[in-house]
Amino acid sequence: MTQPVLEVENLATHFFTRDGVVKAVDGVSFKVGAGEVLGIVGESGSGKSVTGFSIMGLIDPPGRVVSGSIRLAGEEIVARDDEAMRKVRGKHLAMIFQDPMMTLNPVLRIDTQMIEAVLAHDKVSEQAARERCIEALSMVGIPSPAERLVAYPHQFSGGMRQRVAIATALLHRPKLIIADEPTTALDVTIQSQILAEVQKLCAETGTAMVWITHDLSVVAGLADRIAVMYAGRIVEEGNVSQVLDVPRHPYTRGLIGSVPSANPLGARLKQIPGSTPSLGRLPKGCSFEPRCASASEACRAAKPDATDYPDGSRVACFNPYSLARAS
Amino acid sequence: MLAFIIRRFAQALFVVVAMVVIVFFGTNVVGDPVWMMVPGDATQEQVEEVRRAFGFDQPVYVQFFRFLADIAQGDFGRSYVHGGSAIRLILDRMPATLELAVVALIFAVIIGLPLGLFAGLKPDHPASRAIMAGSILGFSLPTFWVGLMLIMFFAVMLGWLPATGRGPVTTFLGIETSLHTLKGWQHIALPALNLALLKISLVIRLARSGTREASLQDYVKFARAKGLSPRRIVGVHILKNIMIPIVTVLGLEFGSLVAFSVVTETIFAWPGMGKLLLESIQRLDRPLVVAYVMVVVLLFVTINLIVDILYSALDPRVRLAGKSE
Ligand SMILES: Nc1ncnc2c1ncn2[C@@H]1O[C@H](COP(=O)(O)OP(=O)(O)OP(=O)(O)O)[C@@H](O)[C@H]1O
Ligand SMILES: [Mg+2]
Repeated sequence: MTQPVLEVENLATHFFTRDGVVKAVDGVSFKVGAGEVLGIVGESGSGKSVTGFSIMGLIDPPGRVVSGSIRLAGEEIVARDDEAMRKVRGKHLAMIFQDPMMTLNPVLRIDTQMIEAVLAHDKVSEQAARERCIEALSMVGIPSPAERLVAYPHQFSGGMRQRVAIATALLHRPKLIIADEPTTALDVTIQSQILAEVQKLCAETGTAMVWITHDLSVVAGLADRIAVMYAGRIVEEGNVSQVLDVPRHPYTRGLIGSVPSANPLGARLKQIPGSTPSLGRLPKGCSFEPRCASASEACRAAKPDATDYPDGSRVACFNPYSLARAS
Repeated sequence: MLAFIIRRFAQALFVVVAMVVIVFFGTNVVGDPVWMMVPGDATQEQVEEVRRAFGFDQPVYVQFFRFLADIAQGDFGRSYVHGGSAIRLILDRMPATLELAVVALIFAVIIGLPLGLFAGLKPDHPASRAIMAGSILGFSLPTFWVGLMLIMFFAVMLGWLPATGRGPVTTFLGIETSLHTLKGWQHIALPALNLALLKISLVIRLARSGTREASLQDYVKFARAKGLSPRRIVGVHILKNIMIPIVTVLGLEFGSLVAFSVVTETIFAWPGMGKLLLESIQRLDRPLVVAYVMVVVLLFVTINLIVDILYSALDPRVRLAGKSE
């Protein structure tokens, strides 16, 4: 196997707030291979964004990566100082945010914001940088890019702004793009257009991607692998087909059950009972135990470790569904 | 845009008329200017003579309409005290006041902006707390008291800077200024600092809150995700955003700098129109007071217009709104 682009091991990111320690991410491990798309799904507050920002080295106080390792193409980036990390950001690692209305600076022209991204890492002339920006804009499907480049963000629609953000992320052909729900704020048609384009671009450029979302149906069509997050941990990870067709973790099953398209028309959507636990006061045992139908005594006593399955999945559960039980 | 400018001037005209009415009757109520014009040992006949010559024997409303008619013809009258044209006297003093106000404004920005930025970027740093405490002092200490303290400290105790007056004046590109010599700067330093004090505090607060707000925005995080240097993020992304409110507020405050210069000019014996105004009020020199008011109102209107134009230059969203109209 070739070296993975990204290896995250036992990552823990905590926020030291006045009300106590919030363990937003607590022991997360996953790998992303070259050109691979990993979907991270989970409810709001499960720590998806914090995972993404931890990889980017953009966790601000009171937060801190307290332990674990993040390797980009084999190189450790957790303990790097600010300047060394800055050289990686935007160059090898890029990120796209959820709200395209907020990611572009409203008082700066698009060209200012894109050219500075080129010049932050490459010593090229301003003219050469401009040409690269035009090229990137046309790659993401923005018509007459040379003219649009000198416009201000407010002259673009939400979908167009997200395309600009994606073009900016692609400027340096990074090894990995972290996409934090980039289509959530867009309407459905634009969403599927952008999904298709991003998929195509990543395939063309060989860029690996971590696609964060709370929408299972988005990752189903896009990702190669899926990691399901719950309360700061990954409870199940595997190939898309394995996780979606034969989910082993009760939480994954619950998630799938609550997706409209997974249910017969007219049937009542199944809900997962209870609500997400407060990350400041997690139980000693499995965080999902209070909401879990198959919980046992062991679940209350300790947190389950992830177990590897022969089919390549990893599941953290004391009572996983077996293939037999699932069918 | 044109409609906007016309509207602005209509408003200004209304303000001018209202001010003229207030000033006219106000000075009328305060006292009889005739006593200021005649020598102390003048006879009753001489007093009446002067009274008739200036039309003070007429009923107040007649005096008022005569006065309005003169103004409408561009005649603000002659100073009772100095004899010359009132508007001329004010305009002669205006460069000194504007110079003081502009230097105070520059002080406010070059001192207030870096301090406010720092306090906004590192809100928990001890220096930031000191800056904020200082800005509260700047807001609450009375201008004249600070002025006296400045004189005492820098002029009397340390002897670094002159306490009063203005440096040698020359005309440069049609503008009369004292800023071409070191001596001129030495003279203006203390009064400008004194006048700027309130605005420095204001800029610190605006810059700090703007910086804190901007640093939390996604566009700053995205800028960091692009790998920009902290200097570029602060110097371009944050600064450009906080300059919008600062330019607006400072522009509008420029008028109040001119107004407040009355106090500062008096303390530092700065030969500007504020000092002249105070003397004129004491001597009931009505034409001068009216001329001052007209000039200041016009100044305010012009400033507001310039601010609006600057504002749209800084904020592209405003520009678009104007275009689509
Ligand atoms: N600056 C912060 N200070 C304190 N707690 C924080 C901070 N940022 C995040 N958290 C905590 O981390 C937890 C995870 O947040 P995160 O943004 O990663 O969730 P998410 O999975 O991305 O959710 P969403 O789908 O809503 O984006 C949240 O519950 C939040 O309380
Ligand atoms: Mg999130």
